[in-house]
Amino acid sequence: MKSGEGEPSVGQVMVFRSKDFLKWADGVMEGILKKSPIGGGIDFLTKDFFNWATRNSIYPLHFGIMCCALEMAVASAPRFDAQRFGVIYRSTPRQCDVLLVTGPVTKKFQPGVRRLYDQMPGPKWVIAMGECAISGGPFYDSYSVVPGVDQFIPVDIYIPGCPARPEALIDGFIKLQKLIKDNKRGLLTGK
Amino acid sequence: MGPQHPMTHGLWNLRIKVDGETIVDAEPEMGYLHRGIEKLCENRTYTQIIPLADRLCYGSSLTWSHLYCLTVEDLMGLEVPERAEYIRVAAIEMQRIASHLMWLAAYAADLGTLAGFIYTMRDREVFIDLLQALSGSRLTYNFPRIGGVAHDVPPNFERDSLRACTYMEKKLDEYDQLFEGSKVFMMRNEGVGILKKELAMNLGVTGPPLRASGVNYDLRKDQPYSVYPELDFQAISMPDADCYARYKVRMDEMRESCKIIRQAVQKMPKGKWRIVAPRNGPVGTGIGRVEDPRGEGMMYVVGNGTPKPYRLKIRSPIFVTVSAAKQMLVGYKVADVVAIMGGLDMCIGEADR
Repeated sequence: MKSGEGEPSVGQVMVFRSKDFLKWADGVMEGILKKSPIGGGIDFLTKDFFNWATRNSIYPLHFGIMCCALEMAVASAPRFDAQRFGVIYRSTPRQCDVLLVTGPVTKKFQPGVRRLYDQMPGPKWVIAMGECAISGGPFYDSYSVVPGVDQFIPVDIYIPGCPARPEALIDGFIKLQKLIKDNKRGLLTGK
Repeated sequence: MGPQHPMTHGLWNLRIKVDGETIVDAEPEMGYLHRGIEKLCENRTYTQIIPLADRLCYGSSLTWSHLYCLTVEDLMGLEVPERAEYIRVAAIEMQRIASHLMWLAAYAADLGTLAGFIYTMRDREVFIDLLQALSGSRLTYNFPRIGGVAHDVPPNFERDSLRACTYMEKKLDEYDQLFEGSKVFMMRNEGVGILKKELAMNLGVTGPPLRASGVNYDLRKDQPYSVYPELDFQAISMPDADCYARYKVRMDEMRESCKIIRQAVQKMPKGKWRIVAPRNGPVGTGIGRVEDPRGEGMMYVVGNGTPKPYRLKIRSPIFVTVSAAKQMLVGYKVADVVAIMGGLDMCIGEADR
């Protein structure tokens, strides 16, 4: 059946195309889970577990812009070993929770960063690492640098330093874990 | 491929045209990290540019601030104390080792030898610690000054440097076994990305890629600056012109750098390490050329009698080297792109400026 003809009756279910069936099923599931007390109950039971899993498996995007990218690499190397905190770098934004902006974003690359942020599935967080990402840093008066990534994407954690030391980056990840822990939300109801 | 791609260490874009799996055309696209440093320098005083020059290339920031200081000293006609020159040379060679190790870490991780990443990053910390003791910072040192260096060497610097060199030479033999014993690493390196001698010279390629093409051209030997003529070392070159030759040149360069550090810290004379530089630059021009870990870096400064330079031109090695991408890539498979472009040691900070 064509979409947009209103709710189908039970007999019509059999002639659904798969797309329409998914849409219909989503509506039913939403009614049962998200709006009724059942969803709230499931959230109440699973909230702590999912939150624990989320904050202990932070996957940042493997995406280096400037100096801080080297410190990012060093932080995952033997001496600092950020993998102790569940920080594993992934190469595609589709698998990531955290966008780590490690340098000045130029006007040419601003749409690219925005697109990377949009491609990431939620829940997602942004860390601005280093002075360049926070405010433009030494290039604050440059004609081609956006002074601060928070002008076009929301930033959760700011790590100062030029470049930020690996210890500071690890401290930022721990702060992010605390942030995730403090803002517990159920997956279904969002409460 | 790019700008966000695990193969590109930095922000740049490589457009490749393929016929099946074979590359028929390639075009690198730069400019994602253009910060307008040359323009910014016109609004800074001579001293304020040193930190900006540090941030040109994040892999080897000390060479760039050194190059800037060399250029301005040429403009002002300053004679640097000998002790400062030796401190600079020791620091630059440490930076060269750290930069090559960073390249090796990224290259090894790209080519599937993740153990190589772990080992090289571990040993890089040794030299980063030395530079941190020297200048107080891990990555952007802000250490050379116009007319010398910021401060004297810390206590026990000579002992620590000699220990680090001995340690590094032992580790380099270990790397040889690790990488050359790895069949995957060798298969992806040997005979890949051949850049002929004449082509490399015509395209203006400098640094390890040029020396790997069989041209023995090293500015430290051919146009000596600082105290390099008094030190005993060799410029490395290999005739093979493939990725393996580039790897080998860098490995041997690290051995030579250990030799230079050892001589520099032992020969270091006593005395002043800094002289006072005038605030205003004279009317005139200054030029400086150094052998960066990635190739030949050049700066050209025009002074007009004010505390700020009139113009600063930066010649970046990678911006020129990457123009050889097409000649190196055409005819190879898509899977070889990582090895070929990784072997150039891309550093976008200085290429885009």
